Parts: sequence; structure tokens; C-alpha cells
Amino acid sequence: MSRRLRLCVFGVGALGLAALLVWGLAGLPSFGEFDGHYGQLLAHMTVPERKATSSISVTTFDFRGVDTLGEEFILFTAAVGILVLLRIQRVGEDVAAEPARVRRPAADSKTLQSIAAALVAPVLVLGLYIVAHGHLTPGGGFQGGVILMTAFLLIYLAGTHLHMGRARPLDAMEISEALGAAGFALLGIRGILLAGAYLQNFISFGMVGSLLSGGDIPLLNVSVGLEVMGALLVVLGELLDQRLLMRRDSR
Amino acid sequence: MSFLPYAVAAWLFLVGLYGIVTSRNLIHLIVSLTVVQASTYVLLLAVGYRTGGTAPIYADISASRKVVDPIVATLTLTDVVVEATVAALLLSLAVQAHRRFGTLDPDELGAMRG
Amino acid sequence: MTAVQAVVLVVVAIVGTAVVLARDPARQALVASVFGLSLAVLFLAFQAPDVALSQIVVGAVALPAMITLALRKVQRREEVKRGGR
Repeated sequence: MSRRLRLCVFGVGALGLAALLVWGLAGLPSFGEFDGHYGQLLAHMTVPERKATSSISVTTFDFRGVDTLGEEFILFTAAVGILVLLRIQRVGEDVAAEPARVRRPAADSKTLQSIAAALVAPVLVLGLYIVAHGHLTPGGGFQGGVILMTAFLLIYLAGTHLHMGRARPLDAMEISEALGAAGFALLGIRGILLAGAYLQNFISFGMVGSLLSGGDIPLLNVSVGLEVMGALLVVLGELLDQRLLMRRDSR
Repeated sequence: MSFLPYAVAAWLFLVGLYGIVTSRNLIHLIVSLTVVQASTYVLLLAVGYRTGGTAPIYADISASRKVVDPIVATLTLTDVVVEATVAALLLSLAVQAHRRFGTLDPDELGAMRG
Repeated sequence: MTAVQAVVLVVVAIVGTAVVLARDPARQALVASVFGLSLAVLFLAFQAPDVALSQIVVGAVALPAMITLALRKVQRREEVKRGGR
């Protein structure tokens, strides 16, 4: 089918789709007049029942925890898929791997390197803060995990590698991702054993507003944060030919 | 005027779809897909909004204050991170396609067989 | 609907169109980053700070980084092929 013909078919289809969309969306309640009771019920039950102040976090990890389990495993599966695709490519041939002597893109700019190096620690602390306070203020495992990933990406931009003694950082990130995904599922199973339903709360709730409140929501936040950080770092590391986390030419 | 959020969501959907259909580069196609994904976020949050409502964080507001719906925010926030990873999966598929066929043009991908 | 929400909605629609119209993927990655930021402002205007936080870090940092890296991998392979290895 030639391009012009395809464009004409698309034009007709898009007009029809646009008409249907407008007709369908016009049937929705007017903007701002949404009257869903389930959401309001959950919002009002947050503080009395769960002793946590962030209604969105409580909905994500407690009231609708099973949905989050599913989403988290979509993320895990996508990361595994990317690794399978890119590592098979690497085993086949080595021609696309950048030789170690190729200059890093950031090597020319001292400004970029200094700013990136200076920002690593604050961004790391910010990421940990957002993960830890997920049940109190906006934030949580997903957002904090991506911020933690940014901290490690800044290490790469600063022109250096992550040194972890004798441990391999790439392995550490893979372990982190697996621990996070497994941790979430296993915390749910503990819910079955100790409280009678999957992902049911099994820790006492604590005082409203303190860091250790909200039952097992902080634990779930930490496991999601580990998983998101690990998954994104392993994926980015793979796209950078494994140069993000360790030196390619040394063992 | 109150139809504007829904109109913007529908517009983003159609524009992204146009980008996918007329794309000559697989990576351009995948970024147009993110525009389509963004249209669903806008639609979800527009549905859950309540006039005069504020964010449902009870750390500093009283319990009787009007808040927006927390469920659509839950759906959207997990969706944002997950869809970015799915886009990364599609990008690595594009890299693999370039390795197999030597081109990123969707029209020429099917030409080399066997 | 407040004026801020209306203005940001129009900005999002315009930047979204610009993302599709930018045909060169390298340029498109930058426009996608701006699109992500404008979406985050929209989510803030819709009183959803969690979603805005997610969108900022993903749409302005992670996604353009992945696009640029995938592009680099592809260009590297083309350089090698043209270099006559």
C-alpha cells in the first residue's frame, strides 16, 4: 500500500475516530463535576483507618495493592525483556561496542563534570527522602526509585564509574531489582500468613504523621523503590554497553 | 470551555496516531507513541478532578476539605513509570531491527527476508 | 476551570504537536523532554502532585536519556559499517 493511499485511509479513519471520541467524551460528567463515591470514600478513610496522610500512597499500596503488584511486574518483565534483547546482541558480535579509548562525551566539559559530581549526593539524599516519606507527603517508591537512578546516572556524567570495592556494581543493581520485585510479592504472602488476606496489613499502624506509621506501606515503598532503581539502572547500563556502572576493560 | 481537557486528550491521541502512521523512523514512531500515552494520562486526571478540590494529602489540610479523586492519580502515577519502561523495551526492539535489517525505516523493514 | 489550567492545556497540545512534527529523532528527544515538563505542570494544575513528581523524573530525565542512548547505539553501528570494518 503506497504512502499516499495509507495517508488517505488514515485520514478517513481519524475523522471517524475523532467524531466518536468527541461524542463519547461529551457524555462524561462536566469537567470538575465528577461525583465518584469510591474515591471520596477512600480519601476519607485514609487517616482514620490507615493512620497515614497521603491518600494516594495508601490507595496505591494498601487499598489497591494488587493493582500495583501487577504494574510492578510489568516493569520487571519489560526490564528482563530489554536485557534479553540487548545481551544476546552483545554476545553475537563485538563490533558495536565502543572501544575503551573512545573519549567520553563528558570528557571535554569540566563544568558538566563538576556540577554532576556535586549533585550526586544531594540527589541521592532526595531520592531516599522521597521513598521514606511516601506515606506522608507526595512521593513514594516509584518516584523515589527514579530519582535514585538519576543519582547514579550523574556519576556517569561526571566522567567516572561507581566503585564498590570488590563487588560488581552491575550485579548489585540486578540483585536490587530482583529483591524489590520479590519483596513486594513476598510481603503480600506474609499478609496471608499473619493477617488472613494477601497484602493485608500485618504491622501495627503507629501514630499519624510519624515516619513509622501506615502499617506495611513504608516496607512496600522501599521494595518498589529498590526495584524501580535497579530496573532502570540495569536497562540504562545495557544501553551504555555496560559502561555505566563499571569499567568495561577491567575485571 | 469545560470541554477543553477532553478536547486536548482527544487531540493528543489523534496527533500521536498521525505521527505513528506517517513515521519514517522507528525511533520517531516510538516517541509519538509516548504522546498517545500522555493523552490517556490527561484524560484520567481530567475525569477525577473536582472544582475547588485540592490534593488528597491530609498532612496539612482538615479532614472535611474537598479533595480530588485519589484513584485516578494512583492509576496514572504507576502508569507513567511503567509506560516509560515499555517504551524502552520498544527502543531496544528498534535497535535490534536496525541490526537485522540495517535500516530504521518502517517501510523497508519487511523487504529483506530469509 | 482556572485560567492556569486552560493555558497549560493549550501549551501541552502545542508541544505535543511539536513532538510529532520533529522528524529528526535527536531533536525529538529534546522536544519530548519539554513535553514531559509541560505535562508535569499540567498535572500540578490538576492537583495531583504525586503524578507530577513521577512525570518530571521520567519524562524529563529517563525517557530522553533512553531515546538518546538508543539513537547512539544505532549511529555507532552505522559509523562502523561506513568505516569499512
